[in-house]
Amino acid sequence: MTTASTLTTEAGPAPRGAGLRWARRAAPYLGVVPFGVFVIVFLLWPTYIVITGAFEGKDGGFDLSAITEVVTQESHRSAFQKSITISLITALAGSVLGALLAWAISIGRSNGPLRRASLAGAGVFAQFGGVMLAFAFLATFGFNGMVTVFFNDHFGDTFLSDASWLYGLGGLCVVYTFFQIPLMLIVFLPSVENLRPQWREASESLGGTTWEYWRHVGGPILFPSFIGAALLLFANAFSAYATAAALVSQGSPIVPLQIRGALSSEVALGNASLGKALALGMVVVVAIVMTGYALLQRRASKWSQ
Amino acid sequence: MRTTRWIAVVSGAGAVMLVATACGSPAAPAASSASAAASAAASTAVSAAASAAGSTAGSAAAAGGDAATATSVAAFGDMAGLEAACKTEGKLNVIALPPDWANYGKIIDAFKAKYGVEVDSAQPDGSSQDEINAASQLKGTDRAPDVFDVGQSVAVANTAMFAPYQVATWADIADNFKDPTGTWVNDYGGYMAISYDASKVPAPTSVADLLKADYKGKVALNGDPTQAGAAWNGVMMASLANGGSLDDISKGVDFFKQLNAAGNFLPVDPTPATVESGQTPVVIDWDYLEAGQAAALKAKGIDWKTFVPDDAVVGGYYYQAINKDAPHPACARLWEEYLYSDDGQNGWLQGGARPVRADAMVKAGTIDAAAYAALPKVTGTPQVPTADQVKAGNDYLTANWAKAIGG
Repeated sequence: MTTASTLTTEAGPAPRGAGLRWARRAAPYLGVVPFGVFVIVFLLWPTYIVITGAFEGKDGGFDLSAITEVVTQESHRSAFQKSITISLITALAGSVLGALLAWAISIGRSNGPLRRASLAGAGVFAQFGGVMLAFAFLATFGFNGMVTVFFNDHFGDTFLSDASWLYGLGGLCVVYTFFQIPLMLIVFLPSVENLRPQWREASESLGGTTWEYWRHVGGPILFPSFIGAALLLFANAFSAYATAAALVSQGSPIVPLQIRGALSSEVALGNASLGKALALGMVVVVAIVMTGYALLQRRASKWSQ
Repeated sequence: MRTTRWIAVVSGAGAVMLVATACGSPAAPAASSASAAASAAASTAVSAAASAAGSTAGSAAAAGGDAATATSVAAFGDMAGLEAACKTEGKLNVIALPPDWANYGKIIDAFKAKYGVEVDSAQPDGSSQDEINAASQLKGTDRAPDVFDVGQSVAVANTAMFAPYQVATWADIADNFKDPTGTWVNDYGGYMAISYDASKVPAPTSVADLLKADYKGKVALNGDPTQAGAAWNGVMMASLANGGSLDDISKGVDFFKQLNAAGNFLPVDPTPATVESGQTPVVIDWDYLEAGQAAALKAKGIDWKTFVPDDAVVGGYYYQAINKDAPHPACARLWEEYLYSDDGQNGWLQGGARPVRADAMVKAGTIDAAAYAALPKVTGTPQVPTADQVKAGNDYLTANWAKAIGG
């Protein structure tokens, strides 16, 4: 017995113990492996292609011309400006309206039919983007849309009888908001439901008004997750492509459409690096937004503990 | 603890990307390069399989000489030899040929019926550039396109991907419509035109007419001129009519700016469906695309007329070529022979396009006279922009088009 134990302490232990400890420590991370592979294949690798492509000249060597073009050319700059504006507007509209909706649902009956219907509906509509959504709006508000025709027939010249707003930035804002509100509801509802009724009761028993409750208790608790959700909506609108592609046929006003133009135009050829430089610009914007999201997420988890 | 937190942060970031992906391709570029990478991986896998199967196809082609380097039907002995070589291959891959474009639907059916060969028509609504992209991405697989039908700028930039071939009717094609070695040959073309629904709007007699109040909210352009050749030439037509030249597209942009300010310009991409439903009563597009729709629209009660303004005649021909790496080299050549035969040429003509052998066929009396008479009348001198002029025009459009139409 003694010999055996001495043996272990003398010969095997150091490396074997370290190996075991290493394995034990690594085991929980095994579960993350599929996710890691996913991130590498679908996020890091494409990002690498975009970054190297953005700095590639027509002859394949290092070249800053594509980046310079994005930064200096007015049409690209204004596309970024418009993309960011649309994303901000729809993120703001979506997050405010979605948050109100979430609050309304959270104070309703916890298993009522209205709540279940709204949640199911939000799940569907948050994903109802792209060509289908654009078509739905064209059929309703387009030049030959139901509403447009109805207003033309019955009310003459009103703002709804001219459909041209739908095909520009205003139209994009309205259509994007359509899928932003339900997404906000889905993302934000759990935070609203985490507000414990006891806090409200405590506030009231100490003489707090509704305003004071929201100002000092509910507001500060919800704030980080509200901003986090709003940032998510921003990234969602910023990167949306199919809806805009189906709706806007002239002028490529936003960045994703300009990237399409750079990659598939039959008039201007060999613009792949410009497309990738525009994409890099989008990655930079989204990276800033995501950093903000991650920081706030950390803050939010501290609050709710 | 710290590591766990970082994992949470990373997964949070990943989740953002996931949600964004679900809602509409995040950083659209990232998604597209991912799919490009995926298809590249797929193509290597398939090419391995293809090269394994390649030996049989190779020996079949060898019967009539090496099909992939044949520059005329003589390499196969005669037309029957070419037909036999194609039957052995059994299949032809075409790409970006919309069935309602220059009558391609019927032409493909007629080819299938005549030679008993399967035709795989990929991405019928793709652009010229999509054809080239598909050829590079699918290179070495049996799904790569065998033949191309592309716009001028794409053709001129990619001649290295084409295999020279001279069809049997080569002598009928005027020299300025073909590359001397047959690397590319113009196939069909036409002129930029204004098409209109005669029951809804008065007949325009010039480009400038479109600014009149009669056309409020009614004038559409076929595509975005920074992306689509047809739309680029539409803006050029407007430029020529307003004092511009092939070297100066700016007058055309100014015209569309006025058109937009007058509320006449429609930001809708016109299709036969939008014409039929009355959304786009006036369309600026190639005459052969619009005149080809007239018969079908007439059946639905729409009097669709096409007019080529005599002060701005912009001509354009498409370019036909064989993929150097065609998986079915004999069928690719048989397809060309068919397209440039009287049948093939009349096929395009019946779709409203002017086939490149039209003059020779009029002389020989083999042209479909009724279809030829139905083409819109053209007076004035046609002008055809060169590839350099297209590029210069596009540089101007890139900087100014979005502003002009207030997107």
